[in-house]
Amino acid sequence: MSEGLRARITAAKQRGEFTALAAEIPYAGFLGVSLRLDGDVLVGEMPFLPRNVGNAALPALHGGTIAALLELTAAFELLLRTEAPVLPKTISSTFEYLRSGKPQTTFAAAEIVRAGRRVAPVRVHAWQEDRARPIAAATIHFLLGAR
Amino acid sequence: MDEDERRRQQLAVMTAAFTSHVPHNAALGLQFERADPGDVEVRMAWRPELVGNPDSGVLHGGVLTSLADASCGAAVFLAVVPPRPIATLDLRIEHLRQPRRGHALTCHAVCERITQHIAFVRATIHDGDPDAAVALASASFMIFHGLREPGPAPEVSP
Repeated sequence: MSEGLRARITAAKQRGEFTALAAEIPYAGFLGVSLRLDGDVLVGEMPFLPRNVGNAALPALHGGTIAALLELTAAFELLLRTEAPVLPKTISSTFEYLRSGKPQTTFAAAEIVRAGRRVAPVRVHAWQEDRARPIAAATIHFLLGAR
Repeated sequence: MDEDERRRQQLAVMTAAFTSHVPHNAALGLQFERADPGDVEVRMAWRPELVGNPDSGVLHGGVLTSLADASCGAAVFLAVVPPRPIATLDLRIEHLRQPRRGHALTCHAVCERITQHIAFVRATIHDGDPDAAVALASASFMIFHGLREPGPAPEVSP
């Protein structure tokens, strides 16, 4: 992914379409996660897949799949808004689970708290039918530009 | 049947329950190495479709979060008698070093305290050397009593 990544990020920004870039990350493809620009906002999207279920009785999404959607969306927000030449590495993440994830499409959007030279904390939240009713939120610290 | 064989069969039965009720645990290929009340070890083999960085082959952080969440949840679930529905309230994970390409991960989760409604869990993930953790996690869980289950009411099938 490093080869020409910068050029592909630029192209993706121009098209407002990050699905091809996300598809280079195997686990994003495994979860069905795609990313697109909705106006100025980068939105991560995870369609409902039976294998993403964490509680078959309810049913409810696995907390880990929601966490991965949040982490992927936060990382792509950094790729979009900064000049990061490589995928940022996750240092630490704190996830809050606010509502049960229903078996339907889940969305996420992130906000960079501070883009430092080496480290960037990013806040990100996930919702389903109503953006004002988040199902999960996280603060994730990324290491930038580290190989 | 010797004690080891009995233990293996018991773990296989528990792994079957752990994965059949939790499809994403099955999708990740999670297996119990040990399953005691409040103290479990869960193993996950490295697979190319779980990678987060195709250059390095390092697993995606979300995979480690899923493993930690599932292991912590299992530790709580086995410690609560009779069994109750549980839900993760929050989970923090620190990525100490990158897990090595091709190496299976093992997550050791220990329930530190259980109250009537809340459980507190710590977990360590390593990729072969228990003394060199790749990630540390801590989580708290809600324990539900009575008929109320977490989240939306189950839909009634026609």
